[in-house]
Amino acid sequence: MVVIKQKTITPSGTVRKLIIRLIIACIIVGLFVWQAFAAVLPQDRSDAMYHSYQGGGMSIDGPSILLRKKIGNHVSVSANYYVDTISGASIDVLATASPYAEERTENSVGVDFLHNKTLMSLNYTTSSENDFEAQSIHFGVSQDFFGDLTTLSLGYSKGNDEVGKTGDESFLELAERQNYQLGVTQVITKNMILGLSVENISDQGYLNNPYRSVRFIDASSARGYRFETEVYPNTRRSNAASITANYYLPYRASVYGEAKVFSDSWGIQANTYKLGYIHTFGDDWIVEMRARHYQQDKADFYQDLYTRSAEFNFRARDKEMSTFNNLSLGLSLTYEFQFSAANFFKKSTINLDFDHVNYNYDDFRNVLVNSTLEGDTSGIAPVGEEPLYQFSANITRFYVSIFY
Amino acid sequence: MKAIKSTHLRLLLVIMVSGFASGCSSTFEPWVKPYERDNLADPIMSMNRNPVSLAYTHHAYQAREGARGAEGGAGGGCGCN
Amino acid sequence: MLLYVKDFDPKTSAKFYSRLGLAVVFISLFLTSMNSLAANAKGPAPDFTLASKDGGNVRLQEQLGNVVLINFWASWCGPCREELPYLETLQQEYADLGFTILAVNVDENPSKADILLNDIPVSFPVLFDVNDDVSKLYKVKAMPTTVIVDRDGNQRLLHHGYKSGDEVKYKQAVKALLRE
Repeated sequence: MVVIKQKTITPSGTVRKLIIRLIIACIIVGLFVWQAFAAVLPQDRSDAMYHSYQGGGMSIDGPSILLRKKIGNHVSVSANYYVDTISGASIDVLATASPYAEERTENSVGVDFLHNKTLMSLNYTTSSENDFEAQSIHFGVSQDFFGDLTTLSLGYSKGNDEVGKTGDESFLELAERQNYQLGVTQVITKNMILGLSVENISDQGYLNNPYRSVRFIDASSARGYRFETEVYPNTRRSNAASITANYYLPYRASVYGEAKVFSDSWGIQANTYKLGYIHTFGDDWIVEMRARHYQQDKADFYQDLYTRSAEFNFRARDKEMSTFNNLSLGLSLTYEFQFSAANFFKKSTINLDFDHVNYNYDDFRNVLVNSTLEGDTSGIAPVGEEPLYQFSANITRFYVSIFY
Repeated sequence: MKAIKSTHLRLLLVIMVSGFASGCSSTFEPWVKPYERDNLADPIMSMNRNPVSLAYTHHAYQAREGARGAEGGAGGGCGCN
Repeated sequence: MLLYVKDFDPKTSAKFYSRLGLAVVFISLFLTSMNSLAANAKGPAPDFTLASKDGGNVRLQEQLGNVVLINFWASWCGPCREELPYLETLQQEYADLGFTILAVNVDENPSKADILLNDIPVSFPVLFDVNDDVSKLYKVKAMPTTVIVDRDGNQRLLHHGYKSGDEVKYKQAVKALLRE
């Protein structure tokens, strides 16, 4: 008995298969048109940065160092070393535990290979902290077309996480992730570039944070509620799409904007809007001002307070899964030292980037307001009516770059 | 959800690839000539002027937001070689 | 268990036609790209007159009898900056044998070119093509572009872009043309 199967494909599998075939086709075509002209490798540079995040009870800072160098005409290699030194604790942690100190190190190496107008990149990243290990590999292809006015980029990433839990030696869970990226950049005029980017991500495995808990009403407990571990689905599929635009202003300045939409299989819908203005003073000073607004709707299985233990199959109270928005305003200052073009070192910059961000939660409540004095019942909000949480944070980046 | 026939997708793939591949050949006349890309080559028009800072900023937001992805941006620039 | 059958009937199989169509598309694209790039511009190099950095005008036709290397460059173009010192070396080596380089700068703002030339001084004329007239005349398709013209004023070599090692190609072409 023999049956011929008519293949029909669902949309998310469609995007993935199309992208894979486009990657292969572009590599093949790129090799075929070997007589075509070429593009350029990423610029040689080294950067040393101090980064800092202060807010929401957290203090995270550390270095990030990048080294990049061309080898011959076709290859560029890069390496990045990054550390987060974390202390304090966010509200999620403080609600159920106490402040902690931790360190996370991330190392990344990459190689870019240029063949005519095709640029291929390969990157390997490892991230390590005492209760979490992750590795990921990224492969990208970028091709210039139509007189270098159009650039098509395709990317694939695969990541593996090992999730542990401090204090529980036997706890070890795994998660894996695959990303498919497609991007098109188009030069519109001498002064304007438009970009379009699409990314499909699917995760599988243990996808929640082992330290996060949900709370449910329990009249028998002192606080009126109790905590239990979150339970997330073990798969997640998400799609994001963004448009960007850059416009050059005649007095050597530029304005840029970005709009992004996101939706996933957990019911989260989000959008991001960014607007920025870059202004130059003379040949050496660059100032940037920017604003960013983010808004998201909660995951289907998110609730700040459940009515009983194990009320639903999936339960989340991680504020990242709630309905909230944030607004950030930022300023950057750069001073450029221009060296002689005949020097080995061509240019050096000193930079300070600063962003102030405000988070406002619509359905995540601040349970810490009640945990002040024992026995003082004045001003204690009833369970489920605690004030909605909000916080602000300062994100600072101070770095020196050198170009050679 | 509508099921999409694989033949339609393959046709779309062929059109996209042939369109892009023909762009590889030099019969196409760009409306912004290679010698007119002064402004596009300026670092302030780059999507990724400071990769280390940009990567960190993306991480700082992504770690606290549910959304992820579509952060890339390449192209424009001097279009040299 | 479903069995997927490759029932191949060349007259009616849709899959055969789509595969054939794909093959035709790829082969024709390959041939098209080869043809278009084989059309290296030969024939007389179009004449032009441009203002020179050192004052005065320079006209291509005045160079008849010399081998001329016309290089289209800009201060904002990385490979162009890399190429300049090699062009200077080439100029110095063959200047006495009837060879000159004309570096046509396409910066919208010529003072940017001056800043670069302070760091990399050159002994050959630098011409300013501020209105892009000469670039259009030579149908410049890449930055940088090098055109080598023989003693009779004919274009003999057209080279797009610059990668380390291309200066050897220029030297070989110039040497050959000087011997003619």
